[in-house]
Amino acid sequence: MISSKSVSGLNGHDFTRGVMPRVKSGRFYSYVLRGSAVLFAGVLVLFVWSIIQQSWPAWSHSGLSIITGTNWAPADSQFGALPLILATLITAGVALLFAVPIGIGTALTLNYIIPPRIASPLTVLVELLAAVPSVVYGLWGLNVLVPWMSTTIQPWLAGLTSGGWPFSGNAIGLGLVLASTVLSIMVLPTIVAISRDVIAVVPRDLIEGALSLGATRSQVLLKVVVPSAKIGLLGAVSLGAGRALGETVAVAMVIGSSPAMPHSLFSLGSTLASTIATQFIDSSPQQLAALGALAMILMFLTASVNAIARALVQRGVKG
Amino acid sequence: MTDLLAKLPPDPLLERRRVVQLMSQKTQRARSLRSSLFLSLLVSALMVAIIPLFFVCAALVQRGFKVLSWGFLTQVPQQPTLMQQDTIGGVGNAIIGSLVVDGVAALVAVPLGIILGLYLSETQSRPATALRSITEIMTGLPSILLGVFAYVYIVLNMHAFTGLAGAMALALLMTPVITKAAETALRNVPRTLTEAGLALGARQSKVSLKVVLPVAAPGIVTGVLLALARAIGETAPLLLVMGASIQYEWNPLHPMSALPLMTFNYSSAAYDSQHAAAWGVAIVLVAIVLILNVVSRLVAAFMRRERH
Repeated sequence: MISSKSVSGLNGHDFTRGVMPRVKSGRFYSYVLRGSAVLFAGVLVLFVWSIIQQSWPAWSHSGLSIITGTNWAPADSQFGALPLILATLITAGVALLFAVPIGIGTALTLNYIIPPRIASPLTVLVELLAAVPSVVYGLWGLNVLVPWMSTTIQPWLAGLTSGGWPFSGNAIGLGLVLASTVLSIMVLPTIVAISRDVIAVVPRDLIEGALSLGATRSQVLLKVVVPSAKIGLLGAVSLGAGRALGETVAVAMVIGSSPAMPHSLFSLGSTLASTIATQFIDSSPQQLAALGALAMILMFLTASVNAIARALVQRGVKG
Repeated sequence: MTDLLAKLPPDPLLERRRVVQLMSQKTQRARSLRSSLFLSLLVSALMVAIIPLFFVCAALVQRGFKVLSWGFLTQVPQQPTLMQQDTIGGVGNAIIGSLVVDGVAALVAVPLGIILGLYLSETQSRPATALRSITEIMTGLPSILLGVFAYVYIVLNMHAFTGLAGAMALALLMTPVITKAAETALRNVPRTLTEAGLALGARQSKVSLKVVLPVAAPGIVTGVLLALARAIGETAPLLLVMGASIQYEWNPLHPMSALPLMTFNYSSAAYDSQHAAAWGVAIVLVAIVLILNVVSRLVAAFMRRERH
């Protein structure tokens, strides 16, 4: 180890650490740069504040009963968001149940199984899946998936549990199952993209070591690649969860918009985001405040999931 | 000599190796079978992942194309009546609305995003790190929250639903995306270029604007196009703040319509002709988004070729 002092250069600047020596910079230029940063930070603070401000009357009026209340009936000034929170968590959870294995499987396939020449166009296709606007997924779900759901998938699912929980109730297509299906398609590209980044940094030595010991390719993937990328993969899943929790329009179009307590996966529902989207216009001030409270719950939920996800992914990529 | 070797006890290491080889031979078939089963499972996961894209595209082409016509793209919408269920007019108002709203949003977000990218790529202070992580978290927040933001500050203050409010929400959506792309592109510019510029006596500002920025331009353009593609398809924030207009409306201080809003509204409308129109708008929307994506990819490919 060479001590950094011995190679520090001009005026004591340490060139080994890649820090720019202080250079005369245009004053105006640095003001513009810093000014914009401050401006943007200010806007972000205002953004958080706007949601707190919008929801404040609701919190001071109903308190925590917004989170614990089970009755969302704006006409009777009842604002209990528990059914909405539950529907949000259920749809996101079920969506991840499908999207995680398929997404990580796709990432493994693209990185390790298929030769790069075929993998790169397929990667583009998966990325295009993310480019399709969510309103188009909603439209597709509403017009194409609903009939298919109600005539094929839901009767089949009901047959699995012979009409019992969690597949009880009327099979009308719309509802939590459909919302979860659409969501799982929409979060897939996120999970694939981040998983690929995370898997790509698994050290080549580990893989070659396992192969030289006679491990089969599946053993390499399952016992070397996945375990050593574990943390990063968890981050990818959390990022997908963040997207699923906050997805609005597509869910609003296919979930059936009913704020009742979800009894089964076939029941209609309404998530936090979809309720804001469908009820915001033509609301009384009181209801607007309650919708603001929903926005705040949603912000808290997604911001914490995202912060955790970022930390995990960063740790995963650094290895 | 050979007698002596035969009488010696077997080498324990060799013996172990022989046993291992025997065992692995016994299980080899099973292991390789299991391996290929697992691999085919993974490949089928890839298939399952891509299939929805084809279904969506097929549905768009099948249901959307027959609605498209010059009149559909240029006329203003008409409310169908029971007597004339097929008169739906066009979506010219929404095309203009999307153009204006996304244009205004880009006008704000592109310069701001690039400047923030410059700031983040040149500064290594604690505030810069904090700003970076906050913008990253921002990109993951649900877009509908931006609608609430624009509602509180713009709609409530102007006492009207306006295109401007929608544009500001979209600008806040685009800025972090552009910032991230710009920062990455600027950081990838070889350090030697900056140092050469500084060694010639140029100021940091001059080096950044005349040397680093042009080299990073393709990467920044890619980011801008992708941000634009995201903004054009975004529906949720516009739903809260834009109102609606069935006229050709160029003034962002008035209520406006936009392509994704049209799709959303038509999808739950009363008449079959309106449902068909929803698919027509959707195909226009997807076409725009696809073109932006393809162009951004071409720019990125061009950039890679320049480098090497």
